[in-house]
Amino acid sequence: MSDQTAVKPPLEFTPPGSGLASMQLRDAWHLLPWVIAIAFYFVADGFHSFGTNVLIMILFTLSLDLALGYAGIITLGHAAFFGIGAYTAGIVAVHMTTDPIAGLIVATILAGILGILTGMLILHTQGVAMFMLTLAIASMFYEVANQWRSLTGGDDGLTVPRSAPLLAYFGFAGFRFDFRGMTGYLYTLSVVFVWFVIAWRIVKSPFGRSLDGIRQNPRRMRAIGTPVWWRLVAMYGISAAMAGTAGALQAQATRLVGLTSLELQLSGIVAVMLVLGGERRLYGAFLGAAFFMAVQDWAAAVNPVYWMFVIGGLLMAVVLFLEGGLMGLLDKIFGMFAGKRVENGQASPVEAKAGDAK
Amino acid sequence: MSAAAGQAPVLSVRNLCKNFGALAVTQSVSLDLYPGARLGLIGPNGAGKTTLVNLLTGMLAPNSGDIILNGETINGVRPEQRVKKGLVRTHQINTLLMEHTMRDNVAIAVAERRGFAWRTLRYGPQWRACLEEAHTYLAGLGVAGAGDRRVSELPYGQQRLLEIAIALSLKPKVLLLDEPGAGIPSTDSHIIDEALEKLPAEIAILLIEHDMDLVFRFARDITVLVQGAVLTSGTPAEIAKNPEVRAVYLGRSQQV
Repeated sequence: MSDQTAVKPPLEFTPPGSGLASMQLRDAWHLLPWVIAIAFYFVADGFHSFGTNVLIMILFTLSLDLALGYAGIITLGHAAFFGIGAYTAGIVAVHMTTDPIAGLIVATILAGILGILTGMLILHTQGVAMFMLTLAIASMFYEVANQWRSLTGGDDGLTVPRSAPLLAYFGFAGFRFDFRGMTGYLYTLSVVFVWFVIAWRIVKSPFGRSLDGIRQNPRRMRAIGTPVWWRLVAMYGISAAMAGTAGALQAQATRLVGLTSLELQLSGIVAVMLVLGGERRLYGAFLGAAFFMAVQDWAAAVNPVYWMFVIGGLLMAVVLFLEGGLMGLLDKIFGMFAGKRVENGQASPVEAKAGDAK
Repeated sequence: MSAAAGQAPVLSVRNLCKNFGALAVTQSVSLDLYPGARLGLIGPNGAGKTTLVNLLTGMLAPNSGDIILNGETINGVRPEQRVKKGLVRTHQINTLLMEHTMRDNVAIAVAERRGFAWRTLRYGPQWRACLEEAHTYLAGLGVAGAGDRRVSELPYGQQRLLEIAIALSLKPKVLLLDEPGAGIPSTDSHIIDEALEKLPAEIAILLIEHDMDLVFRFARDITVLVQGAVLTSGTPAEIAKNPEVRAVYLGRSQQV
């Protein structure tokens, strides 16, 4: 090779996303969602159940961001895993133990396994075929829950007993779940935080980058030796597990599991939340889910019949005028203040001349 | 073939056949690539060049015949496994991660080669090492200065070079260059020439190219493919003089 190889690589590479430890002061805004969530606990008198539901939908949307946003798996059946998680947590509470964490773990693992198994089936396909298969699988889960009345209660739904106190192990009395849902809110927030950290690590890791690559160009990834199918299956499984956790949290919070948790409409709503907030941003799930539920709450109060109009109009506005959803809008606003656009932690484009091949 | 007597071929193709229905697109093709080979593969449109590349990389399965890489028959080996065994290609049409930077494109390939692309924990130092290694491949092709730029912002010529840089970062034993000059205006063709000259000598290279000038400058041996079958093989000088080749192929393109 030529003398060009003698150029020493600059050593100040900061690998984007070497984790939370490498955070700079300017990254302090990462704390903001969590500060708001904790502040909500103290000020949201009587709204803790609503807040818990928002957190649950954030987690569900986050799971879809991993599969649809990052990995590009076109799914309209993600409620399948939410529903599996919800029913599993409910059934565990009815028949085995009311310990909330035990139910959560069983639901998460089962949803993850089903994600891997169905993923092995659908991830050979692409585009419309994949889309149809996710729909078909979700419909099958729905029908199983509908027919298996002895276990699921069919269309009457499944009433879930109140969870035992949280962390009541080793003689510790644990934290009781109160009627106002304050313990439940903190419990849900903690679980969402744990999953968020995992999701953060995943998308910044080589594994997450390879999936981002598969979404952009599967041919390229195959040409560098990536086992594309296996990697998609793995990501789908992780996403399904996360959706299962969200479903389990809902079962424990509302103490009722119904067929709505497996419905197509829920799969649609979570996709709307993701697009509204912004794909591939992680925090997009926070903005999208919170905004959607706040608008839904407000619009349903103003006009209980036509609130879907408002949601529909909102979504059209975002898709047509706001590239990148609400996160994209925030980028633009902060970009105006900062004077330049810095995206996804990547350095802004260096002013390299096109002719520096010479 | 003229290459290294006594050495075993690193890639050997034996009587490879592929039919699409009644249409025989590859007819009993045999090739040998020795370490350090610079074999040009030419042929008119529809000669089956692209099909041959797809057969070699495993995107298509042959109807009969064998592909032998380093003494191992790899007919049933999946495309990504062939890459791991050292059979790497570039693409006629840029096949890049357009939203990533140039350096990330190469680093992702390096991570895959090093086998830690599954990693979700404790990847910081290794990822940094991948970025540094990626930088050396870009520097080797003289495009390190644009390493931080998104691929979608780069001029086409640099994207072509990135295709080559990614392939090199996989440390290939056999490199299939599928029309590396495609889409580059003739005024810029020196960019690809210079890149090809810098390729490590020990890699066996099969160059599939439409641009006759490029093939005749780069290749030490040339195989001519016509209607799916090997018409003839020889040195560039022999091929240029071969009346049969002139008749089917060069006669037309030499008007340019």
